[in-house]
Amino acid sequence: MENNNRKAWLYLLPAILFIGAFLVYPLIDVFIYSFEENFNFASGTSTGVGVGNYLHVLRDPYFLQALKNTFILVVITVPLSTVIALAISMGLNSIKALRNMFQTLYFLPYVTNTLAVGLVFMILFDCSEQSVGLVNSFLSLFGVQMVDFIDGPYAAKMFTLCLYTIWVVLPFKVLILTSALASVKKDYYNAAKVDGTSKWRTFRKITLPMISPMIFYLVVTGFIGAFKAYSDAVALFGTELNAAEMNTLVGYIYDKLYGAGGGFPSYASAAAIILFVIILTITCINLLVSKKHVHY
Amino acid sequence: MQVTLSHLTKKYPGRGKNAPDVYAVNNFDFVIPDGKLIGLLGPSGCGKSTTLNLISGLVKPTEGKIFFGDDDVTELPAENRGVGLVFQNYALYPHLTVLQNILFPLENLKGKNKLSKEAMLEKAHAAAKLVQIDELMERKPSELSGGQQQRVAIARALVKTPRVLLLDEPLSNLDARLRLQTREEIRRIQNETGITTVFVTHDQDEAMSISDLIVVMKDGVVHQIGEPQRVYDDPTNLFVAKFLGTPPICVFDGRISGGKVYIGESCVYEGGKNTEEKDVFVAIRPEGFVPCDDGEFVCNLSRVEVMGRDSSAICSHEKAISNPFRAIISTEDVINKAKGDVNFRIKPSKILVFDKKTEERIRL
Repeated sequence: MENNNRKAWLYLLPAILFIGAFLVYPLIDVFIYSFEENFNFASGTSTGVGVGNYLHVLRDPYFLQALKNTFILVVITVPLSTVIALAISMGLNSIKALRNMFQTLYFLPYVTNTLAVGLVFMILFDCSEQSVGLVNSFLSLFGVQMVDFIDGPYAAKMFTLCLYTIWVVLPFKVLILTSALASVKKDYYNAAKVDGTSKWRTFRKITLPMISPMIFYLVVTGFIGAFKAYSDAVALFGTELNAAEMNTLVGYIYDKLYGAGGGFPSYASAAAIILFVIILTITCINLLVSKKHVHY
Repeated sequence: MQVTLSHLTKKYPGRGKNAPDVYAVNNFDFVIPDGKLIGLLGPSGCGKSTTLNLISGLVKPTEGKIFFGDDDVTELPAENRGVGLVFQNYALYPHLTVLQNILFPLENLKGKNKLSKEAMLEKAHAAAKLVQIDELMERKPSELSGGQQQRVAIARALVKTPRVLLLDEPLSNLDARLRLQTREEIRRIQNETGITTVFVTHDQDEAMSISDLIVVMKDGVVHQIGEPQRVYDDPTNLFVAKFLGTPPICVFDGRISGGKVYIGESCVYEGGKNTEEKDVFVAIRPEGFVPCDDGEFVCNLSRVEVMGRDSSAICSHEKAISNPFRAIISTEDVINKAKGDVNFRIKPSKILVFDKKTEERIRL
């Protein structure tokens, strides 16, 4: 028994070392940093322990801007992308001809480089003295006033960011939902049909509950992914996100560490801990809600 | 509700170039009488499930018509036919409780058929009581045994008082003991409700034991329709004779001549009116062999299996199509095992003769 135990620990050792060094230790470290006031990276000294970093971050207008942006992004893109993905998957599931072609098309964004996609979006949506993007040219056909979606009003920029995010996260969701739909046994649909169930009721009472575990999975990972958004904003608006009013929480953390106004690991850590608490809360809420609506 | 199938045909295009069409159901033309339980019986792939799906409306026929009573329902989609269907794997909705599963068809009713909540509950409880699952109403299907799931599926099919109840291999997922019990349940439920019921199976025991009528099919063609005992005693061809009965009927190469039937040199039947002279298949039901010291028919005896109620003599004969074959003998008849062979007298009613080429029955 004793011997067995030692063996077990030996087998676990590589994983424990790895996770300990690169996950647990940094986590604890970030937690400690976030409470050390005026921490100096070079000398490794601080002036005291307290919640000063948190107060500073919470009063920082750039942080509040980032928080607002991230929340808008999450609230808009997670439900929308899930619903759109579900609609596309239902469509894919009900056609026979060209199904593979459409599946490939919808999956393309997944394998495309984020920055390349960002560039394409910029070209599509911009409107400056040098160039007018396709979208604006199209809008002007209908006499709508041109808007710079990349460097213009806040709402226009937010619209572009949300659209971009939805477009990027869609393929994975479509992939997951298509296979979830395909795994619902045909007998259930036949049973419902023989019992005279309407299409809508079949969808609501049979299809949705049957694929609810997958939808739940997508919503949870969707929330987490959207809260961690950063590269999407960079791809569209460049690295000066604070100036563009388009910063996200992760962007703020990065800026505090390495950005132009950076070198404040304590502030970055405090912001990171706040983000962690937000994600934890949302995920817990998700889990609570899911108890009632997800059927395994 | 009387169900009439009129020249019903379902064919599927063959796979590959120039492949002929596959007839899953070929020109079915029979009437299912009102209030009867009929069994569609045949080996797998014979088209019995397709027939059921045609009646339910889940599959559209290529040709022919289906009538419920006098209504032509051929073009009516499944949802408007008012049939109850029990699937082989029950297809209970796993996320709904038993009660919700049974309520499901009722909640679909629209317009003037719409029921109040109380009426629905009342019907659901009545259906549950009929199949004796009224204590399990709050369980999920995953918390039920196979037999209980089966009952829920039947209750769900019955709750909307269907015009026709269809059961697709309803017993194949149950263990042997439960199968016996459930088939009697099905018979009882059918008797109590009086709903015309069509039931598909590949198990001839099952079909024979509870059906009012059986339809024996093979390769999309109906071979014989009739009351189980009549089909067993009086099959129209060799396939039907072989398909019904356990142990299976014993088939020999034989000859008819002058109203007599010969297997090899032994005359096993005489006094027939048929005076044809030709080589035939002679088939003898296992219970038609009676051990008898002066019996004409001599077989090699390999062993005797004692079953308690009766015994099986495992025999072989040079003219038998497949050796060994089983003869069922009463425990009162004593066989001398040491002798190595055994003499049989053959009961005349248990001998059937079939044409060598067409395998059709030849009346003696």
